[in-house]
Amino acid sequence: MNETPSFPPQGSGSPVLSRRTAVKGACATLGLAAFGAAISPLTKLTEDISAEEFLQQHYQELSAKDKQKVFARLEAETKEEYGAEVTIRDDRPIPGTKFVYAINLSLCNGNGKCVEACHRENNHNRQTNESYIRILEMPIGTMDMGKGNITYSHAVPAEGKFYLPVQCQQCDNPPCVHACPVQATWKEDDGIVVVDYNWCIGCRYCEAACPYHARRFNWQKPEVPADEINPDQSYLSNRIRPQGVVEKCTYCLHRTRRGRLPACLEACPTGARVFGNILDPESEIRWLFENKRVLILKEHLGTEPSFFYFFDE
Amino acid sequence: MDGTPSGSSQTTGLLGYFGFLRKSLWLVTDGSLLYYAWMTALTAIALVGAHAWAVQVTHGMITTNMTDSVSWGLYIANFTFCVGLAAGGVMMVIPAYLYHDEEMHHVVIFGEAVAIAAIVMSTLFVVVDLGRPDRFWHLIPFIGRFNWPISMLTWDVIVLNGYLVINLHIVGYLLYMQYLGRRPNPLWYVPFVYLSILWAISIHTVTAFLYCGLGGRPFWNTALLAPRFLASAFVSGPAFIIIVMRLVRVLGGYTASPKPVRLLIQIIRVSMSINLLMLASELFTIFYTGGEHAAAGQYLFFGSHGHYGLVPWIWTSVALNLVGTALFFLPAALERGNVRIAACVLCIVGIWIEKGMGLIIPGFIPSTLHQIVEYTPSLTEWKVSAGTFAFGLLVLTVTVKLITNVLTGKLHEGVPLTKPEAVETA
Repeated sequence: MNETPSFPPQGSGSPVLSRRTAVKGACATLGLAAFGAAISPLTKLTEDISAEEFLQQHYQELSAKDKQKVFARLEAETKEEYGAEVTIRDDRPIPGTKFVYAINLSLCNGNGKCVEACHRENNHNRQTNESYIRILEMPIGTMDMGKGNITYSHAVPAEGKFYLPVQCQQCDNPPCVHACPVQATWKEDDGIVVVDYNWCIGCRYCEAACPYHARRFNWQKPEVPADEINPDQSYLSNRIRPQGVVEKCTYCLHRTRRGRLPACLEACPTGARVFGNILDPESEIRWLFENKRVLILKEHLGTEPSFFYFFDE
Repeated sequence: MDGTPSGSSQTTGLLGYFGFLRKSLWLVTDGSLLYYAWMTALTAIALVGAHAWAVQVTHGMITTNMTDSVSWGLYIANFTFCVGLAAGGVMMVIPAYLYHDEEMHHVVIFGEAVAIAAIVMSTLFVVVDLGRPDRFWHLIPFIGRFNWPISMLTWDVIVLNGYLVINLHIVGYLLYMQYLGRRPNPLWYVPFVYLSILWAISIHTVTAFLYCGLGGRPFWNTALLAPRFLASAFVSGPAFIIIVMRLVRVLGGYTASPKPVRLLIQIIRVSMSINLLMLASELFTIFYTGGEHAAAGQYLFFGSHGHYGLVPWIWTSVALNLVGTALFFLPAALERGNVRIAACVLCIVGIWIEKGMGLIIPGFIPSTLHQIVEYTPSLTEWKVSAGTFAFGLLVLTVTVKLITNVLTGKLHEGVPLTKPEAVETA
């Protein structure tokens, strides 16, 4: 190769060189400007995210004082963006409690009241009609979910069908928690698997890992009219979630950790749902677990759910 | 460092390296009209992608066609393919260093350039898939909360970034020594070359573990996944390198020895045969056994309950892979460049489908509650993906141009700096 390489001289340059340098510089500037223009939609986002929000630490690293500040900020944001006065609390597990849920499949008739109640209680996006519960309508004579249908819309109970509601099973060996690369989701002492919505990066690996389709992603900013917002909120459960993060059923910890029952249970007209502290020997859930024949969903996967199904003999 | 200075008295060490980078930057922005047109087109596509991504981040991932049923789509499909491409880049390295094949040494560096560009694309495909890219820092060890060693995704972060650093070091060091006119000191790169061989295998194994470790997804939950990933990577990687070498010869004026390409074809013949064998084994297990585990395979290959979204894709892939493999086995693949290039393109596209949409989407169809929700990528997803590929090709073009500049002696420490009129002929 006999070509002479070109390179700008450090000091005085020939006019040809300066022209070439100028053209390259202009192109670089133009390229940068075009890049700036291309990503300009992000400016709206950077205005929406405050420095405090951006730098906020993981929930488990927040002091009591930090939490107060964070909760106050979130309450103010809800007021500003949704026009609703809400209270965000920090409900912690009650010592000596392990929550377990059960559903009597002989009683459930697929009426869907639990699905609706969850939707309202947990401030789900009204646009998507989201809920943490899905009900499979199954033909009697099989447990193969592939034969089930979750989009039925006829009168219930239909002839020859039974109904299998599925929500987060609060596994003791939760694949979703193992999957999360940033520890944004974890299992608390009372067995509830929670998500720090302000720490989740939205990779959705947990959603892929869950065998029960229990997790939901906020594909857009949730829309809830001010008068429909449930103001009684908790940081780790039903506060309005930000866009781009994963959420899930928390056994209504903002209710259950204050001694109330989950919203889906209260809404159930058939009495199919039973909830309680399995560590309490006097509890109904404990009696059922010890006396009924129980079914655990996908037990072969070793996820060890804190959720079981049973039938009336 | 050994070697003797090359006559000129310029600074070496870190300062010298920066000088080298500065000169490199100047020279890679010089080129023919075709070169400028190519770079401008890539820049334009990359900018379209950047804009689509910015809109996606602002309005939410509702702009994609992903749903809670199919929660990963085209981005993660492309991510998987690019990891394979990066791992395959190392196939040049193995014969060169393990078997001391001297003729391979100069060609190796092109394989590493492919690896670098592919890793950049893989990383970007994960970033564009994040719902909250503003929280990316949560993923940085010691600063965020890194769920290592439990989460396979954290392993992937480590191996991908590690692989990028190793390859940048090897390429940078070898080129810099050539530029200085010195003999590279083996101590400074040979250990890293061996490390990169192990590391290349690890990146695709870990990426397979990301999927096959999920018990709730029967389609992915197979021990064959990692070996299949590697076998297909050792086809797509070398095939891509063959295309790059050809372009370098035609456009860049650097003619490498033909021997390495012959070796690469042998590697592809073996790898593709193993890949097809494993595919057959997988299909047998799925369809002969049947039952719940067959549901995703049924949907992928034959459609299920009136849904046929992936059927044309996967049969296209099967056809491309079979024809491509047949072409590689023809003696003409060794003799005639056009047959070779056709075979490479067929296999690359076939594997892109198989390791992309054909692998990721059936993991979600049927869903874990056994319901079928189909997925086709949205325009936003296509734009962002095209932009990411364009950016990767930009990185590759610049790296390859830099390499040819050094190997052809256009760029060395003693270049006279005053003659500006040198215009390369493409």
